[in-house]
Amino acid sequence: MADAPLLEVTGIETSYGLSRVLFGVSLKIETGEMVSLLGRNGMGKTTTVRSIMGLTPAAAGSIHFAGKEIRLLPAYRVAKLGIGLVPEGRQVFPNLTAHENLVATAANHRGANAGRDRIWTIDTVHALFPRLAERAGSMANVLSGGEQQMLAIGRALMTNPRLLILDEATEGLAPLIRDEIWHCLHRLRAAGQSILVIDKNVEALTRIADRHYVVERGRVVWTGSSAELANAPDIQHRYLGI
Amino acid sequence: MNDALQTWRVGLVDPRAVINAAVLFVLALVPVYAAAVGDPFTITLFNRIIILAMAALSLNLIMGFGGMVSFGHAAYLGIGGYAVGILAKEGVGSGLVQWPVAVAASALFALVVGALSLRTRGVYFIMITLAFAQMIYYVAIGLDRYGGDDGLTIYRRSSFDALLDLNNKTLFYYLCLALLLASIYLVWRILNSRFGLVIQGARSNDRRMRAIGFPTFRYKLVCFVIAGAMCGLAGALLANHTNFISPAMMHWTRSGDLIVMAVLGGMNAMFGPLIGAMAFLLLNEWLSRLTDYPDLILGPLLLLVAIYVHGGIDALIGGGRRG
Amino acid sequence: MLYFIEQFLNGVQLGMLLFLLAAGLTLVFGIMDLVNLAHGSLYMIGAYFAATFAAWTESFVLGAVLAVIAALVVGMALEVVAIRRLYGRDHLDHVLGTFGLLLFFNELVRLVWGPAGLTLSLPSPMLSAVQVLPGLYYPVYRLVIIAVTLAVALFLYVLIMRTRLGMLIRAGASNREMVGALGVNIKLLYTLIFALGAALAGFAGLMQAPILTVQIGMGENILIAAFVVVTIGGIGSIRGAFVAALLVGLADTVGRTFVPDLLHRFLSNAAASGLGRGLSSMMIYLLMALVLIVRPEGLFPATRK
Repeated sequence: MADAPLLEVTGIETSYGLSRVLFGVSLKIETGEMVSLLGRNGMGKTTTVRSIMGLTPAAAGSIHFAGKEIRLLPAYRVAKLGIGLVPEGRQVFPNLTAHENLVATAANHRGANAGRDRIWTIDTVHALFPRLAERAGSMANVLSGGEQQMLAIGRALMTNPRLLILDEATEGLAPLIRDEIWHCLHRLRAAGQSILVIDKNVEALTRIADRHYVVERGRVVWTGSSAELANAPDIQHRYLGI
Repeated sequence: MNDALQTWRVGLVDPRAVINAAVLFVLALVPVYAAAVGDPFTITLFNRIIILAMAALSLNLIMGFGGMVSFGHAAYLGIGGYAVGILAKEGVGSGLVQWPVAVAASALFALVVGALSLRTRGVYFIMITLAFAQMIYYVAIGLDRYGGDDGLTIYRRSSFDALLDLNNKTLFYYLCLALLLASIYLVWRILNSRFGLVIQGARSNDRRMRAIGFPTFRYKLVCFVIAGAMCGLAGALLANHTNFISPAMMHWTRSGDLIVMAVLGGMNAMFGPLIGAMAFLLLNEWLSRLTDYPDLILGPLLLLVAIYVHGGIDALIGGGRRG
Repeated sequence: MLYFIEQFLNGVQLGMLLFLLAAGLTLVFGIMDLVNLAHGSLYMIGAYFAATFAAWTESFVLGAVLAVIAALVVGMALEVVAIRRLYGRDHLDHVLGTFGLLLFFNELVRLVWGPAGLTLSLPSPMLSAVQVLPGLYYPVYRLVIIAVTLAVALFLYVLIMRTRLGMLIRAGASNREMVGALGVNIKLLYTLIFALGAALAGFAGLMQAPILTVQIGMGENILIAAFVVVTIGGIGSIRGAFVAALLVGLADTVGRTFVPDLLHRFLSNAAASGLGRGLSSMMIYLLMALVLIVRPEGLFPATRK
């Protein structure tokens, strides 16, 4: 018997004011999978994430997470159910120190049943990102881009999410830092963390992620495994500009 | 404030013209009605509405259409009023001197305030305009010779010799009404001129206007001065109307009243301030007769309008939404 | 010299009261982006509650404690019933709505307590003066105000800088959407912040009551000064509010004390007193204008995303 997917999005439609951005997006993520959302800028990837989180609610369709319909829930309820967001642009709290950024919103969203222990504490996050331990007392707005990105990831992990969502987590970072981030994601995946990732680096994604969705103009135009994506240069070319 | 796309009503040519016409009709007939039922107080009440509508209109010129929220607009009512009052006390009773002085003094004050404040935006602009108004308020309190905190009675209204006798209630009423209509017409012409379009353009995107080549600061300043001058004239009228001036005319809560009237009526409509003034003052009057505690109802009513009605009364009667 | 010190203390005491009022205002303005003209009403209600409760319990302290609790409750109720529906709206809608609340509260107070105003008397130990310096006697109560407010300021500092709630408040000031997205119930946080501001305002109101007044509309005049403090200090910054409040308190007191004296040297008696009163009230606005010219965002602008 198959388990229900951790996250199942069906036909969501979302608009910003009067302009429609999503025209029926569907995707699903099984527990333990790492799934990617691909596509050029402005195609609706971030909007999809915002709709899942309840930040820009979807007007139609359904979003099931851990067995619950969450489409109309406010963002904080969605987060409490177990989704941790690493947003586009990092958005660390500039007027808090690195340490405060991690602990301010720390929680255990793994699920109330069985009183599951927190995997992610300040110590384990510091173990994953030693740089953050060094910079713990610095105000977040003086951290480098890479450090801020690690902070944003650590902040989301500190809520012990069942699903981690990363939106353009390597954007604007030097190649060395990018590799560090990919490496970290690889470790998270290996540890069983379910992950939804938006990124432009198809090569890295085909190495680490399980499945991919390609979004074009608010619709999913292709989906498949990493192997399938690697073997479909025409898809890569047409929708991803590679 | 609102930077999003807006539709502005810049003309009298829209569906709500019927309501506007009806309002004018009612206003024109007030003295007739008052004479018929023998209640001169009606004239007093509507006269006050007209004068404050003019003040609110001048505020809306810069606030509604220009996006400059001034929390110190009542200062001009005070300056205009005090110009009349001070000159009257010093023996200069002629309206032909008093009123131009009122307008000029207000314009000058607006020039100074505008020159210093228009460099700021948003809440800082509000605070600075408020600060200037407070300064004038305290100066007025300090004018012992002219009544200080207690205010000053004006025994004789502005004299226009044989031309007009402002002591004639009905005459004064129609004069105020005529001046209000002239003001509305003036605002209409301004907004439909190139100048007015620049002001409104600067409201939604100041940078772009400057990039195109318009010195928006200068335009805004001119607009600000015109608004101040118009309100100064309203102040002169108010002083005549009540035969009294006091610093209370310029208290910041009076500026708040003007903002309420403009927002209540609908900031995007030419007749918005008039309708807002009518609604606010008539409601106040009616509620005062109904109960000893009218604000218990008026207060929450304003709150409800703020929460549920986007765009004031104007929106309720079919106007465009405020972006 | 002694006179100067006395006025300096008066300035500090005024500054402390302004700080209490401005702290709540700056929090609400900075985090919820709400312009609250009814903040002065909460200040007024604190004073009225204190006068009433002190009379009932025949204890100033007990009356004060009860009044703060009452102000907290009123603040919470106000936020839930009315204020929260204004979040995210244009500032002008805030002005319209909270102005309505201001009118409502003035009328409500008139209904419940009558138009005459109340008095709040101090317990006898606080009525005397102590010698703070050789030759200078200063009222005990004013010292109490300074001391108690400093304690409150310290409490606020610890709350904002050292507790998780404080971290969330600060985070919310820079990016409230993200705070919600990380699982924090922003609505509840907002209610708490607003209630805290109300309690502070009510506390300020009751503290000044024995010295100044308990009357309808008492909030209107000091509210402007509070807004000036918030503007000078930087919107959203408690630290800024503290520094700015001291500056404003001192500027106002110095203005009132020394400007008339200065004018008397140059002008006739009559002109000097009238103008003196006028000019001295202007000091805080001149101060604000000066600060904004040099630092357009205030002294300690909260870093916004």
